Amino acid sequence: MNAPLDPRTLVALPLVDSRFVVPGIKCAGCIGKIERELARLDGVAAVRVNFSARRVAVRHDPAMSEDVLVAALAGIGFDAQPVTRAAPAADDAERRQLLRALAVAGFGMMNVMLLSVSVWSGAEGATRDLFHWLSALIAMPVIAYAGRPFFASAAKALRHGRTNMDVPISIGVLLATGLSLYEVVAGGEHAYFDGATMLLFFLLAGRALDAAMRGRTRAEIGALLSRMGRSAGIVQPDGGVRRVAAERIEPGMTMLVAAGESLAADGTVEAGHSAIDNAMLTGESRPEPVAPGTAVHAGTINLLQPLRVRVTAAAEDTAIAEIARLMEEAGQSRGRYVRIADRASRLYAPAVHSLAALSFAGWMLAGAGLHQALVVAIAVLIITCPCAMGLAVPAAQVVAAGALMKRGLLVKDGSALERLAEVDTVLFDKTGTLTMGEPQPCLDGLDPADRAIARALAQNSRHPLSRGLVRALEATGVSPAPLERVEERAGEGVFGTARGIAVALCKGAEDGGAMTVTLVVGERRMPVVFADGLRPDAGQSIRALGDMGLDSRILSGDRIEAVAPVARALGLFARGSAGPQAKLAELERLAAAGRRPLMVGDGLNDGPALAAAHASIAPGTASDVSQQAADAVFVGAGLMPVALGVRVARATMRVVRQNFAFAVLYNLLAVPLAIAGLVTPLIAAVAMSVSSLAVVLNSLRLAKAAG
Amino acid sequence: MNGLAFLIPVALALSLGGLAAFFWSMRDGQYDDLDGAAYRILIEDDEA
Repeated sequence: MNAPLDPRTLVALPLVDSRFVVPGIKCAGCIGKIERELARLDGVAAVRVNFSARRVAVRHDPAMSEDVLVAALAGIGFDAQPVTRAAPAADDAERRQLLRALAVAGFGMMNVMLLSVSVWSGAEGATRDLFHWLSALIAMPVIAYAGRPFFASAAKALRHGRTNMDVPISIGVLLATGLSLYEVVAGGEHAYFDGATMLLFFLLAGRALDAAMRGRTRAEIGALLSRMGRSAGIVQPDGGVRRVAAERIEPGMTMLVAAGESLAADGTVEAGHSAIDNAMLTGESRPEPVAPGTAVHAGTINLLQPLRVRVTAAAEDTAIAEIARLMEEAGQSRGRYVRIADRASRLYAPAVHSLAALSFAGWMLAGAGLHQALVVAIAVLIITCPCAMGLAVPAAQVVAAGALMKRGLLVKDGSALERLAEVDTVLFDKTGTLTMGEPQPCLDGLDPADRAIARALAQNSRHPLSRGLVRALEATGVSPAPLERVEERAGEGVFGTARGIAVALCKGAEDGGAMTVTLVVGERRMPVVFADGLRPDAGQSIRALGDMGLDSRILSGDRIEAVAPVARALGLFARGSAGPQAKLAELERLAAAGRRPLMVGDGLNDGPALAAAHASIAPGTASDVSQQAADAVFVGAGLMPVALGVRVARATMRVVRQNFAFAVLYNLLAVPLAIAGLVTPLIAAVAMSVSSLAVVLNSLRLAKAAG
Repeated sequence: MNGLAFLIPVALALSLGGLAAFFWSMRDGQYDDLDGAAYRILIEDDEA
């Protein structure tokens, strides 16, 4: 069942692991196909598909490059992107550490509780002492192991002269353990080992839930630069052409760009006529014709004819590298967002500390002994320890994220849900966000014979409209007609002969913002109109957002003529021709005016805006970079998950606030008992479990909110 | 008391066993690909 592993390769050279993101893995067949086909390659020792993460791990010969594997995956029909190893591994290690600590705390809690229940139900004398000793033996190592995440974080905070939620937890746990140990040695009546382990268990459950929410880190900006051509053919002084790596290219060099190649540097066209696919930079789906003198950018794709380009900016100075830098800077401002649990703990931790210190001082002044005053202070710390608070936020967020996932919105982390609940303005990109992003041809005017000719002509071109036409015709089941003397002329179209009749697929007449091509068969000329249709529920979703009091606008990199019809259809205010910087500036202007914008966009040009907005959502068809920059990704043809996301995020925050209110109310009831010295370990244990359960149950209501 | 001398070690051993099983399953990667396992049983083993 596992990946085929050839025993002979095990004794060979030290092998290396490479990981790839393969979004196209959707079924058992895909897993089987990838594992079978890749394992057949020479130099591949093992292949393992991770279906949940849509990743493929390949163990292979170090001589084999990642490009070969990507090409092999492309050969069997899967788009793949290599992943850098460092970032996700650290995240994963933290999650595993928390789970192990949770398991240990659970083990300790159950066994100590077993012994404590016997003590509470009346064990006395030697039996009680035995049970206390056993509890101590179990609890000490458990607390030392499971408490580490809290002790480490508290120590770090104290070193920096700050206090956080972990400080009262650590003090409470350590004091309770120390005092219980003293009681056990002295043969006392009460030991608080059960309280301490239970506290750790509930708090670790909250932390583990929070870690499970955290998706991939947004640090994978490297993926952006991988879109840029990795090398280019540079014309040498002697007239020859040599491949030069992208980072070695310098301004002033001349590069030859073949048809279908992506540019490795910014420059100006010197010779040649072609069309450039700018979709990645501007989001515009229509290819831009280029002639000598036109400026072209790294990362765009030359579609038709070879071009000679004089380099004006290379490596770190290209427009695409600038976008990467903008994204990095924009992401930092979001890093300053303070999560609600941290805001609560800033108020809570000092209050708890002073309360415990005051009750200790109060009992001392009232004439109680040191021992009794200490017992009371510890009871206050344990009772107020934020079990319910630690669970209040993550429990609600995990339930909400799970419910949203079933409805097609993948939220990356808890902070994203908190920010999503606060937005008041929505900015939509047009192409690929409000629209489907793919021009669909209208085939009504063509009979089957014409369709066969159109498919045959179109499959000879890399032009996006041709490719769209091929996809649409493939779907109707038309097979291509046999053609002769096929030729593609830059800027004009594809020409050929079918059974002696001259046929062509050429540029159509300009008709407002619409894109057309003309199919010529002999004397007949038939226009084929392409339209990038709106998502089916775009209007409905925007009304739903409006009902929640959100103001929607369009902010597109497209020409205003192309944006206007969409804006009219949806009744939205629109702004066109906005480049990455302009989008960023618009977001900053809104933020300065006190608004909290939600950016919904897909293109690479939206990347900086997605990273800078208060919250952001990208469609599943967006570039990898945009998906990484966004807080959430929606899948499918509908836009409704955006509105649903905001609604559920708000419901989540309502539940979080209820949970907090409950935790505070519970403290108001329990703290006076603790200060009065009436809390026994039994009461502490019951109170802690009841409040934690109540918070979890309240959070579970959110599963219905998304329905 | 004799019952206890028997029952407490049994309870401890059982829960230690559970803990060890959990640690093993995590180290072994049993939780790495929760959805994939459901699909893998559908793959035909055509080498066999």
